Amino acid sequence: MLDSEVPQEGNSTLGGHRKAMYARGADGKLHIVQSAGWEVEEIVTRQAVDDLLRLTEEARQRVLAGQTSALEYHMYRVRMDVPLLAQASGIWQWRIRRHFRPAIFARLSPALLATYADAMGLSVEQLKKVD
Amino acid sequence: MEFQHSQASHCESGVMSAMLRHHGLPLSEPMTFGLSSALSFAYLPIIKINGLPLVAYRMPPKAIIKGLQKPLGLKMRFETFGNPAAGVTRLNELLDQGKLVGLQTSVFWLPYLPEDLRFHFNAHNVLAFGREASGDYRLSDPVAETVVTCPPADLQRARFAKGALAPKGLLYYPVGTPQTPDWKKVLPAAITKTTRIMLDAPLPIIGVRGIRWLAKAIEKLDTGADAAHSKMFIGQVVRMQEEIGTGGGGFRFIYASFLQEAADLLGRPALGGLAEQLIDIGDEWREFALATARMIRDRDPLHPPKLADKLRAIADREQAFFRDLRRAA
Repeated sequence: MLDSEVPQEGNSTLGGHRKAMYARGADGKLHIVQSAGWEVEEIVTRQAVDDLLRLTEEARQRVLAGQTSALEYHMYRVRMDVPLLAQASGIWQWRIRRHFRPAIFARLSPALLATYADAMGLSVEQLKKVD
Repeated sequence: MEFQHSQASHCESGVMSAMLRHHGLPLSEPMTFGLSSALSFAYLPIIKINGLPLVAYRMPPKAIIKGLQKPLGLKMRFETFGNPAAGVTRLNELLDQGKLVGLQTSVFWLPYLPEDLRFHFNAHNVLAFGREASGDYRLSDPVAETVVTCPPADLQRARFAKGALAPKGLLYYPVGTPQTPDWKKVLPAAITKTTRIMLDAPLPIIGVRGIRWLAKAIEKLDTGADAAHSKMFIGQVVRMQEEIGTGGGGFRFIYASFLQEAADLLGRPALGGLAEQLIDIGDEWREFALATARMIRDRDPLHPPKLADKLRAIADREQAFFRDLRRAA
């Protein structure tokens, strides 16, 4: 890649940041060139983010329909899945899945709610409701 | 503390380059990367990230920090903490002593990074070099353009995030002073090690064989009912290759830059010629990324065997390249 070929087309997922790339200068040596973004990267990053947003939105709809608890919604909102939430909270995966049942979630002890809230960086109040 | 930030393309090599320069040994980012034999390829179907197999274009986390110890006669001290409060106290103590401290963090909890790039990846390296009057930490994140600040609560979360590659509050700093190495000894050794990883790994999922193994997995992807999952799979490969700060082409350009430096230090123009070849291979990786992205967006029809063929062509070129590199080293 020549330094004149370093993509500068912009990448909304970079949020205005520029990243450092290595590219060849006129003297034939590679050196750092700042890139405002490559559409290819934007496509794959956006794809991953959109997938998480889709899971979040689907969970939100199910919460509103009374089919799952706010726990599942918040798990996806903070970009986690069940194995990761289990590691972050120290709670078994099967127990987390059980807590996705609205009736069971509604009866959780304050201590357990605090554990979840802490693992996801939320307050207990935030954890209990969906936006 | 007097500290000079400079932007790098990758976190771990950038942290080590800045740390060594701070301690009186100016080594470029590509030199830290090449000297620690960090270039690699691995396709790890057993390790899943969000349900997708891990693809890596470099050696595992901490390979660069640890790999520089021997060639530079450098001793790094690593400290992890069972108790977050102790980790915070220790970091503050080291900063009060005027030390420059490397930290392992989770990208997700670092508020200064762009929202869309904050995934739960636990092996991001940053340098801490002081504190503001407000208590916020002054950080040098190598992939950022300038120095940044980070509130203590966020940094604590980032340092003590759980999950795969959990940092456990890891901090590190050199003890003693790094020495300019005997280039004629350390460079050929580092290059030879990389050729061994790429050509002779005992597992078929590492090195050039790993690229072919990935090609086989991509070839088998479903284009019917499960097309969305197939697109996530190939998208993940490109993210690991480009998004996470590889300098482009899955670290191939950084390594080519290292070879150019090595050619000058050793007075061996042959290595410069090999660097040219590797730049071409890096361009081919970028073409693979472009073809993949076009299929994800349906600008081209989803046809995994075409991507697999591209990967096999790259594998053939890398095999020839690393054999030539072995002879040249």
